[in-house]
Amino acid sequence: MSSVAVTKKKGVGAVIWDYLTTVDHKKLAVLYLFSGLLFFAIAGFEALLMRIQLMFPNSDFISAGTFNELLTMHGTTMLFLAATPLLFGFMNMVVPLQIGARDVAFPFLNSLGFWLFFLGATFLHLSFFMGGAPDAGWTSYASLSLYSPGHGIDFYVLGLQISGAGTLISGINFIVTIITMRAPGMTFMRMPLFTWTSLISSTLILFAFPPLTVGLFLMLVDRMFDANFFDHTMGGNTIIWEHLFWIFGHPEVYILVLPAFGLFSEIIPVFARKRLFGYSSMVFATILIGFLGFMVWAHHMFTTGLGATANAIFAVATMAIAVPTGMKVFNWILTIWGGSIKVTVPMIYALGFIPSFVAGGVTGVMQATAPLDYQLHDSYFIVAHFHYVIVGGIVTAIFASFHFYWPLFFNRAMSEKLGYWTFWIFFIGFHLTFFVQHFLGLMGMPRRVFTYMEGQGWDLFNFISSIGAIMMAIGVVLMVLNMLLSIKSEPLNCRDYWGDGRSLEWALKTPIPFYNFKQTPLVRGFDPYWIEKQEGNPEGMTYAEPLGDVHMPNNSILPLIMSIGLFVAAFGALYHPDGESWSVPVMVIGLGITVLAMIVRSVKDDLGYHLHAEEIIEIENELYGKGGNK
Amino acid sequence: MLNTKFTPQTWPEHPEQATHEGKNKYVGIWIFICSDIVLFASLFATYISLRNKGPAGMQFTSQELFELPLAFVMTMFLLTSSLTSVYAMYHLKNYNFKGVQLWTGVTVLLGLGFLALEIYEFYHYVHIGFGYTQSAFSSAFFTLVGTHGLHVIIGLVWMICLIVRNASRGLNLYNAPKYFVASIYWHFIDVVWVFIFTVVYLMGVLG
Amino acid sequence: MSHDTEIQGRSQSQYEFDRRKSAVQMRKQVINFAIMIFLTFVAFATVVADFAPTFIKPVILLLAGIQVVLQLYSFMHMDDKHAPFIGVISTFVWVGAVIAFTFFLAFNTIIWW
Repeated sequence: MSSVAVTKKKGVGAVIWDYLTTVDHKKLAVLYLFSGLLFFAIAGFEALLMRIQLMFPNSDFISAGTFNELLTMHGTTMLFLAATPLLFGFMNMVVPLQIGARDVAFPFLNSLGFWLFFLGATFLHLSFFMGGAPDAGWTSYASLSLYSPGHGIDFYVLGLQISGAGTLISGINFIVTIITMRAPGMTFMRMPLFTWTSLISSTLILFAFPPLTVGLFLMLVDRMFDANFFDHTMGGNTIIWEHLFWIFGHPEVYILVLPAFGLFSEIIPVFARKRLFGYSSMVFATILIGFLGFMVWAHHMFTTGLGATANAIFAVATMAIAVPTGMKVFNWILTIWGGSIKVTVPMIYALGFIPSFVAGGVTGVMQATAPLDYQLHDSYFIVAHFHYVIVGGIVTAIFASFHFYWPLFFNRAMSEKLGYWTFWIFFIGFHLTFFVQHFLGLMGMPRRVFTYMEGQGWDLFNFISSIGAIMMAIGVVLMVLNMLLSIKSEPLNCRDYWGDGRSLEWALKTPIPFYNFKQTPLVRGFDPYWIEKQEGNPEGMTYAEPLGDVHMPNNSILPLIMSIGLFVAAFGALYHPDGESWSVPVMVIGLGITVLAMIVRSVKDDLGYHLHAEEIIEIENELYGKGGNK
Repeated sequence: MLNTKFTPQTWPEHPEQATHEGKNKYVGIWIFICSDIVLFASLFATYISLRNKGPAGMQFTSQELFELPLAFVMTMFLLTSSLTSVYAMYHLKNYNFKGVQLWTGVTVLLGLGFLALEIYEFYHYVHIGFGYTQSAFSSAFFTLVGTHGLHVIIGLVWMICLIVRNASRGLNLYNAPKYFVASIYWHFIDVVWVFIFTVVYLMGVLG
Repeated sequence: MSHDTEIQGRSQSQYEFDRRKSAVQMRKQVINFAIMIFLTFVAFATVVADFAPTFIKPVILLLAGIQVVLQLYSFMHMDDKHAPFIGVISTFVWVGAVIAFTFFLAFNTIIWW
């Protein structure tokens, strides 16, 4: 990409090619954001279908088999293919800007991570059209999924294997970026909290995804190549799958919720117009949550019969997580306390988040009590609990950040008025849906059932819950509408849209040029942009270097080709158990494409290119007008 | 970066860390290795819980199956290749390109020897009826040791690519980190093997 | 991405000193290698010598542990204080080791037949 290409209008083909080959973290962030939104909409629609089915007793809106497929795909898609990419979108966009970097450490891998994720997700969703989706729940317990007929589980295993590899690659990339790419002066204890939570969450990805990879691989060879890991008649043991899955599965919820915490830790100080309370305890709490998150996986398996000792250990460890999480909640409250609060859409999401998330956390501690868990296990109480945590914690964070970071992404602002409507409809809908599910669970309604008999006292609450789900759907539609409307609005061309930005990303003028910082900033303390504003620096940052040549990475189509190779190979593996003669050749061809692309990548020199100081000045003039704002 | 010519005297003392890209690669391979540690831990844990488990009346047990002399020879091959890789890095520091290529080549040869023995071993097991699908034990064994073998293959392809691609280029600050990172990865393969020969072979023979 | 590559010529004496230093280091590596070979040999020998399994198992695990630490700190240069971010790296490695140990422990204790 040359400097001219950024500023001149391009044809549709050129734009598409640019996005297919891009290694720019901001463009990949946009790709993550839109693909995440797509899968969020799909999974949300699946949830809506399930809630319509459960609206009335003895309903036959959808069949039991379809219901199983929907609940599996809803869970899988929401966790792996919606929440993860949406948060990755924000991480990609914001983290390099917050630490004052021009790009991530491995731009090529960043692109590879996205395409692996996207093609894995596409592969998984093709199952709907190719003989049935997976139907063994998102946990896909081996004792059930090994015997699931058709190719549903095979799609699950292969699709998640590919997209999981992408997530792991992106995780490694973020860790290295945060370790090595920080601007001068940006010490670890000056990093904004979103960067910290991204670091810890990427670390969790680093340690949690390999067990999932192993588990999925064992399932893959068991189902497709006649291995015997989980087949008890051949000496296997299905408990191994449960352990491997939950060793991954429990950290996964922290992988998602930690960046959400980080996003709120960015939003709250900006709108409370006050420094984040207890920064170092926040960092400490983040690390502690990350570590403890690894030591508690068996609380998902209390009823498996691990024995009293194991249950007690995991119960205590689980309750211990409430302590650092509580620290965080108090810090947020104390940040707001005494602040000069400006209520905007992101802030109102943050205010709604705190009580909702606490409610979810408290029910979590209830379930950590192993004896009580025997009562609550597999009931709607569990469903209510994790939706309170995920929707109340993660989805509100994502929605708040859409509003908060939209100016950085697209140089446009989303409508505040529509934003309030969205918030209230979504928020009320959310509580209507899930609050009553606590009681449904206590009344004995099991989760994952496709219908229920009338006259058990469940009818009214299920009806209320479904109404809430419809409201949530309306909220999401309004949110998307808001995004689309923002395209029509005027470009902002400003710096610090919210007026009270504190960290480095707000010191940049939008639209952000592809090289981010024309000169690397010098960070002089926590909240660097706030410091510069206090000192009346109109540039928004102190520079650590004179204006000079900037080194940028080259675009490449190879990540896409590598991912397509694996995508093709997955079809070969999928049809292998059917005894198709073409299955092995297809696998070989697919893996061959990937390996060839890797060899090309390693043999060719990729040195990137230099952007000269004069070109930078030219681009800046083009973007902002001569000598300042347009 | 490619065009800068060096003499042993201008060559930096830590060529792998002299550029920002080099530092990124250095940190990156370590972070990757951390995830690989956990990957192998999962495989090891699975193997331990499935060891000697099979269908009723399974005739293969780890005591009868594993042969220590073969495992010992394989260990020697891999350990020695670790040392030759250190020699390659020694020459990298001294800006002796021929030495780097030579010792990396020796490492590849030793790795190939290891791989050949492993393939022979697998072939032998399959031949006597201990195939991949024979029991939970066989699946777990082949998956654990096979994953290590796959890492060896990747490492070999990686080093061969390095030798070939750089044959005409010579040593510079762009490819010095590449050699270094491949060497770290190769040592890690050896680390995993130390656990494999201890946990799988030695403890397997003990029963 | 920063592109500054500092190339500083070393003085003759500095150069010779560095040469000597890395030669000494290489000699240390060879000694470490000899130790590793020896440890491997001992591990195999204890098993062949037919001691009680309750004695052998901890011993060979310990020997493996020592070998791994040698590999990490000498061959893989984790002892190099000047390597970039080596503190962060060793934190990650040891956290990984602790987590790996948890897996061993769990799979050995709470997976039953």
